[in-house]
Amino acid sequence: MGVHILDPKRDSSITKQRLLLATMLVLVLTMVVLGRLYYLQVVKHDRYRTLSVENRIGLLPMPPVRGRIFDRNGEILAENYPVYELEVIPDQTQDLKRTVRELNDLISLSDAELDRFDRLLKTRPSFEPRLLKHSLSYEEASLIAVNQYRFPGVALRASLRRFYPYAGLTAHTVGYVARISEEDLRQIDRSAYRGTRYIGQLGIEARYEDELLGVAGYETVEFNAHSRIVRSLDQHAPMSGWNVHLTLDVALQKVAREALGDHRGAVVALRPETGDVLAFVSTPDYDPNLFASGFGLHSYDDLRTSLDKPLLNRALYGRYAPGSTIKPILALAAMDHGLDPKKKVFCGGAFKLSGRDRPYRCWNRDGHGDLNLLQAIEESCDSFFYQLALDLGIENMSSWFGNFGLGQTTGIDLNDEPSGLVPSRDWKRRTHGEAWFPGETVIAGIGQGYLLATPLQLAVATAAIANRGKRVQPRLLARFENLETGEIVPGPEVRITAITAVDSSLLDTVIQGMIAVVHGPRGTARASGRGAAYRMAGKTGTSQLISIGQDETYDPNSVPERLRDHALYITFAPVERPRIALAVVVENAGSGSRVAAPIARKILDYYFIERLRRAALTSPANDFG
Amino acid sequence: MILGNRLRIDGALFFGIVMLLGVGLFVVFSAGGEDWDLLQRHGIRILVSLVVLLLVAQVPPDALQRWSPYVFFVGMGALVLVLVLGYADRGAQRWLDFGVIRFQPSEIMKLAVPMAVVWVLTRRPLPPRLPDLILAVALTLLPASLVVIQPDLGTAVLLIISGLLAVFLAGVRWHHLLMLAAVVAATAPYLWYRLHDYQQARIVTMFNPWADPMGSGYHIIQSQIAVGSAGIAGKGWLRGTQSQLEFIPERSTDFIFAVFAEEFGLIGAAVLLVLYLFVVGRSLVLAYRTQDSYSRLLVGSLALTFFFYVFVNVAMVTGVLPVVGIPLPLISYGGTSMVTLMAAFGIIMGACTHRRLMS
Repeated sequence: MGVHILDPKRDSSITKQRLLLATMLVLVLTMVVLGRLYYLQVVKHDRYRTLSVENRIGLLPMPPVRGRIFDRNGEILAENYPVYELEVIPDQTQDLKRTVRELNDLISLSDAELDRFDRLLKTRPSFEPRLLKHSLSYEEASLIAVNQYRFPGVALRASLRRFYPYAGLTAHTVGYVARISEEDLRQIDRSAYRGTRYIGQLGIEARYEDELLGVAGYETVEFNAHSRIVRSLDQHAPMSGWNVHLTLDVALQKVAREALGDHRGAVVALRPETGDVLAFVSTPDYDPNLFASGFGLHSYDDLRTSLDKPLLNRALYGRYAPGSTIKPILALAAMDHGLDPKKKVFCGGAFKLSGRDRPYRCWNRDGHGDLNLLQAIEESCDSFFYQLALDLGIENMSSWFGNFGLGQTTGIDLNDEPSGLVPSRDWKRRTHGEAWFPGETVIAGIGQGYLLATPLQLAVATAAIANRGKRVQPRLLARFENLETGEIVPGPEVRITAITAVDSSLLDTVIQGMIAVVHGPRGTARASGRGAAYRMAGKTGTSQLISIGQDETYDPNSVPERLRDHALYITFAPVERPRIALAVVVENAGSGSRVAAPIARKILDYYFIERLRRAALTSPANDFG
Repeated sequence: MILGNRLRIDGALFFGIVMLLGVGLFVVFSAGGEDWDLLQRHGIRILVSLVVLLLVAQVPPDALQRWSPYVFFVGMGALVLVLVLGYADRGAQRWLDFGVIRFQPSEIMKLAVPMAVVWVLTRRPLPPRLPDLILAVALTLLPASLVVIQPDLGTAVLLIISGLLAVFLAGVRWHHLLMLAAVVAATAPYLWYRLHDYQQARIVTMFNPWADPMGSGYHIIQSQIAVGSAGIAGKGWLRGTQSQLEFIPERSTDFIFAVFAEEFGLIGAAVLLVLYLFVVGRSLVLAYRTQDSYSRLLVGSLALTFFFYVFVNVAMVTGVLPVVGIPLPLISYGGTSMVTLMAAFGIIMGACTHRRLMS
């Protein structure tokens, strides 16, 4: 290696030159950074300002309080009570598994709750809270609250739970709320349901969902980077839903329910002049509270698949052959077509259609002998009405059924009301592709065959008779009430349809027949009229599910239970100024006179005697109507 | 500046440094969520650093020159020790704990690498020849690669920058520089492969942070939002929503510039950059005035390294460069980097205030 002579002058000029170059580099890089700052802070300022606001400002929904539901006397049928729910935000826990284990030690979680939580874990993003346990007891909630510091990411959430104090008794009428499903989400206005987790599913809860729901409020809050709320910036309070007052009388409902006992069946009670639905019972029933609080593992399936169909509202959806309860309407139709009510017809226990071998039997095998129209109603003579039906013809009969609201919706304020079925020649050709047979006209005379009516329709028809030919639209809604403003909005005017074809003197005749059914010496419901302090008009019915052969007798013990006759009864009282019209249907229970009529009597006795006595005891100023 | 001369302090440079430290106190207070304890610790660290500056300034440059190789070897030894001791420990091992003080050997290397490189290059006339150049590059890459293993990408990058700056100032020939660039380009794929996943992600993220806004893009997006939303005038001291609501990560340390820019806007950021330029410029002037090559190259490369600290940090916070963990010099809270920086300024001042005998 050669000797290098250091040359400070040359070194100095090299390094000074390089220092100048470096200084220029420094200036250039500084300009780059300044340019970038200008770009971010001036050119793109608006965009970043928006992002910064979105970062920290959020809207917290404030769900409204759902309106309560009352019966006509102010009894609470649906209310809200506060519950605590335990929620976990997986992202904010330190160790999710350990957190859940320690919570389990503290308040003991069921397997179903743990399963559901695991399921929720997989389906939702992990920064969202998810439910671990609902309706904590007060003790459980306090345990969690005291130990809160141990559980980051675990929160107690106070919410309101829907509660139905009468449980099954009002389930079919009031309906229930359930968690909003994916399907619901597609149909509802999501912004209206922000923060709300339940939606009315059936009955009044579904029908008046919009009014009951209320208006959601919101709170504008500032979040920090950990999604913790730093402060509230603005609040729009929610507006509670309207309270709904029903026409229902839950005490009467209870009496009707008890009168039905263990039977499957339905009772509908109306105020004839107003259409107020006083009782709307369907048995068996179910506990609607389970839809809000959650079912056990199998019980919803049990309800759904049960042979007794507890989820079916029979009062609204049950379609039954009305049997002899249809006879008063037919009697009216016949008189309108010129039948002399005094004319007698002979009943020998059976009726024969010319050209056919098979006779149509009267329920009374021995025959009623000679009887006129009034007696035929009183004794419910089938032979008389076979002939009457044949004389009227199916088209006339159908048009009169229609006059009384059969085969069409009643317009009650419940969703998806069925229309029942009133057959006609056209209808048969359309649906069965067959001509109408005369024999079908004959059995229509005793309410058998294709004719199908719901208990509600029967009650409406009965009320129309009680009203001397004015058919009312039944209604459950009495009024809405806004607790915050004190505003009261009555339900819509009921529609009253005057049945123009009805001559009121003819109707009086029919009513005389119906009175005789209860109070006459040979009335089919005379056992249920005995000793009554008020006068009733009624008509029994027995609806056959199987046809009985020519030489057979109907023996209930030999027929499977579910194929036995349905028992029906319609009635109104007091005759002089009807205050209530009833339709009672008891499935597979036998004859209307033996089973359905006594049930009606119990209901009426309560309504006219027991209820007024109680009202007089508690509040002398009460409405005695 | 009679007193200044006696203390071997350059008044103008000292003034600039103290101004930056003062700004740092305000920003740390805001970024720390108005935490007085934190501010107090920051203040103590500043005082300690100022003492270190004063002490280092007393060392004459020829002593520094003589010690250069030893300082380098001690630093290397410490780096190896850290690796050996920390091998079984967590992912990142950067510290040596002596009970009383914990210390980060990579910080020593920030001074030792330029000292050693300059020492090598100034033994012979400038511009450096190839063998010296290769030796200088080796003295840079060896500690840098040990630091990468720690892993501390930011410090490694700065070590390489400081070595290269010394080489550059020494008047390296342009074709040598091109060769170096070619070597770097050739080894780049291998280096990329050696990077940790998160380090790769950071570099990828720089080009498109919105590809993963809640993951690897989160830091850079939030800091850009902070800077961009400030506008020209800023949101006001203690009133930056991104900072105060903790959207900016590492906001008292690596991302403190985002806090400053959010609260003081483009005007504040420009003033801060001018302040930094003043400190760098004054240091370069001092380098210019030194009489020997060792002092000039050392002072020059330390001054430029300081500038690159600032540049890399601000470029990272504003999304021009990938996120590498480098604090904003003289302003960020914590670490031994403050002490090292002040030691560097001590060297700068000492080198320029001692009259050297011509050898």
